[in-house]
Amino acid sequence: MSDDTILKIRNLKIDGKTGDEWLPILKGIDMDLKRGEVLGVIGESGAGKSTIGLAAMGYTRGGCRISGGTVDFEGTDLVKSSEAYRRKLRGKKIAYVAQSAAASFNPAHKLIDQYSEAPIQHGVMSSTDAATDATELYRRLQLPNPDEIGFRYPHQVSGGQLQRAMTAMAMSCRPDLIIFDEPTTALDVTTQIEVLSAIRDAVEQFGTAAIYITHDLAVVAQMADRIQVFKLGETIEEAETRKMLSAPEEAYTKSLWAVRSFKATAKPKPPADEVPIVELRNVDAAYGATPVLFDVNFKIHKGRTVAVVGESGSGKSTAARCITGLLPPTKGEILFNGEVLPAGYRKRNKDQLRQAQMIYQMADTALNPKQRIEDIIGRPVGFYLGLSGKAQRERVRELLDLIEMEPDIYMHRFPGELSGGQKQRIGIARALAADPQFIICDEVTSALDQLVAEGILRLLDKLQIDLGLAYMFITHDLATVRAIADEVVVMQHGKVVEQGPKVEMFQPPHHPYTDLLLSSVPEMDPDWLSNLLGARERGEIVDAKTAGSADN
Amino acid sequence: MHPISKMALQRLALGLFTLFVVSIIIAGAVEFLPGDLAQEILGQAATPEAVAAFRAEVGLDKPPVERYFSWLGGVAQGDFGVSLATKRSISDLISARLGNTLFLAGFAAVIAVPLAVTLGMLAALYRNTWFDRLINVSTLSSISFPEFFVAYVLILFLSVGYGFDARWVLALIGLFLLVEGFGAVKEGKRIGRFSVIGSIFGIIGLALVVNAIFGWWNYNVGAVSAFPSISNISPDTPFGERVHRSFLPALTLTLVVTAHMMRMTRASIINLMASPYIEMARLKGMSPARIIVKHALPNALAPIINVIAVNLAFLITGVVVVEVVFVYPGLGQLLVDSVSKRDITVVQGCCLIFAATYILLNLTADILAIATNPRLLHPK
Repeated sequence: MSDDTILKIRNLKIDGKTGDEWLPILKGIDMDLKRGEVLGVIGESGAGKSTIGLAAMGYTRGGCRISGGTVDFEGTDLVKSSEAYRRKLRGKKIAYVAQSAAASFNPAHKLIDQYSEAPIQHGVMSSTDAATDATELYRRLQLPNPDEIGFRYPHQVSGGQLQRAMTAMAMSCRPDLIIFDEPTTALDVTTQIEVLSAIRDAVEQFGTAAIYITHDLAVVAQMADRIQVFKLGETIEEAETRKMLSAPEEAYTKSLWAVRSFKATAKPKPPADEVPIVELRNVDAAYGATPVLFDVNFKIHKGRTVAVVGESGSGKSTAARCITGLLPPTKGEILFNGEVLPAGYRKRNKDQLRQAQMIYQMADTALNPKQRIEDIIGRPVGFYLGLSGKAQRERVRELLDLIEMEPDIYMHRFPGELSGGQKQRIGIARALAADPQFIICDEVTSALDQLVAEGILRLLDKLQIDLGLAYMFITHDLATVRAIADEVVVMQHGKVVEQGPKVEMFQPPHHPYTDLLLSSVPEMDPDWLSNLLGARERGEIVDAKTAGSADN
Repeated sequence: MHPISKMALQRLALGLFTLFVVSIIIAGAVEFLPGDLAQEILGQAATPEAVAAFRAEVGLDKPPVERYFSWLGGVAQGDFGVSLATKRSISDLISARLGNTLFLAGFAAVIAVPLAVTLGMLAALYRNTWFDRLINVSTLSSISFPEFFVAYVLILFLSVGYGFDARWVLALIGLFLLVEGFGAVKEGKRIGRFSVIGSIFGIIGLALVVNAIFGWWNYNVGAVSAFPSISNISPDTPFGERVHRSFLPALTLTLVVTAHMMRMTRASIINLMASPYIEMARLKGMSPARIIVKHALPNALAPIINVIAVNLAFLITGVVVVEVVFVYPGLGQLLVDSVSKRDITVVQGCCLIFAATYILLNLTADILAIATNPRLLHPK
């Protein structure tokens, strides 16, 4: 083994316990990492990406075990070493950056105390040195107020800043290897850029080796020197980033690369005098005393999809809550087919309620785990359409056919027995059960892998054409917007900053904020991030500060 | 004004209102007691005229509502009135007893709270090991026995049983644990599970051996007085003597309340062990003990504080049985005596103090729960 190699994993097998059985999660993985090298690990959920990342630290989650192979870090096999030895390495030589910084920072302690913990406990620095060092790193990672931010608690800091603070924390002992486990997945695109560039700079400056785990190809293209593609616990392909992007060899890799090709059928513009299905007129809304929506206006026409985009906290979901009546607006009105709807859902009649249905982001939590599929879909069928017994079952079968799931197989199952994409399909069927004209899709594909998400988008498109549905499609992902929207509404700080047909929206000139959103979507080109940051520095493209992004 | 002090004042006002409602309930409940003071004192042979005269003398002939409001007016000015039976001022009567009760409750709490929280953390640290089970079984069995039974067992072993062989049996077990404990410490050179358990056993063993030697010393030399089974203390008892005399009731109460607090500590901590920030602490290479104390405990404090408050309230208001067994002159005994004598003014006074204790302790628990939560203490 050359001195250059820092991590060498050979034939690593890890099992997970399901019920009483041990099922393989990793089926013999090899991985090599040189000093200062960044390895991108990519794959869909269930590929074992996080498991391999943790295994590189000699760590397995509860209910998992290493059943074979070696994890050789700087010449010592972590599988065979003692727990005390591994504990000495963790935090000091190998550090970890988790997906959700908000959940992975301890809510009870200040950021700087959490930063200093590893250096002090591992005996690397005194507490005063660690505090000085923290400020220094916060500055390098471009956190605002680096001298002061460490004395805040995690809940007082925004998501993007927390993610950078966590990267700083991982670097506190100047480790040789850092595992980044989907560090930007939970962030908005505009924030993601800042975190990506901060991580990349820090890794370069300290010459740290890194394993960068993600499901987003465009992100990994910016970060990694080399990419390893995973599927179901096995390595599919491994190559230099540029080679992997330009000439993938395996069919699976190619299918991953091809995901972004889906485009919904373009629809003709509605006649100017057509009454829209849903219209928001000068809507203001507030949570308690905090105003969140300001004078929101938009229309949704029959058979068309309006994508509502914006960062988290921009008021997208609040607008949806106003339409469904869950949050009565403080001002303005909501019209349905030209008629004003009562503000609160309690005052709406069954037919008004039936017309607007919702599909949620987390299909996992939106379906009652103790009910069978036939009951989940049967309930709205019975409630809205008054069908019962055989007629109700027949309708449920029709709906399952509509969402391309075999009724005989799935009717009697529980949600726990379905995959993520199937659960989301059930969510769609439940919304269709009310026979609505209008469906609100709240980030319905955000929690899904790209291939599965594409299937859902195709299905929604088909249903729209067949049933003439209108969609309000809430998303922060502009690739999805490109794929499915007819019209786009851009929201920021509770206001609509720009709206219009998709074709126009993706063509300049834009509102500066739209510009920022569009330019922040990562592209497959490995030089994209560097070019973009350069252009923003030179003032050729709008940056977050001038566009008033929420995070800074 | 800081949101916390604002909340404290609001809750205090609400507490006063609750106290007022409670006072109505108490007065109503006392009215429902069969018989009254006159019948109780004059006995069955009394003529109706004598009974009526007695009632008129102490004011029992007035309508209940009028009596309630004149009593409430007095209480509002800090005057609980006089005992109907003894004519002594209730404030004096209660304050001495309340002091004793608070002393006993404080004594028990000083042992029980740190013990329960420490045991809870250790049980969480070594969860699902035999150590965890041992702690669970022993605390649960001590809570399962009736209080008087625990009290008598303690009297048997620690008070009556001088020279009794049980002491020496315990001492032998202690010696065994001591040897085992030191052996484990020596064996596990690194700080790990065995050294911690070992040192705990060492300490328990040491205590048992010392205890046996003291017992033998007491019996044969009589220089140190043993733990008395009757805790008669008076206002002029010196502090050391007070502690000594109320040791057994305090130990009984400790055994009764420890399990509840310990299990809540254990459960709250284990509940957090699957959190991402606990995994993060592990991935930073922190030791299991540090993870429990520094990372889990601060986030588990709110439910633990609440259970401690409920148990402290129990230590003050629920100790009647223990007081009776040890003839301890506390508030509980006063209440029982007064109920049997139908001395309603004293009953009302005691109940009101118990209610106020509950309200104050719960208020304190709520404030502490907020003060230990940075999200509430430092809003965005």
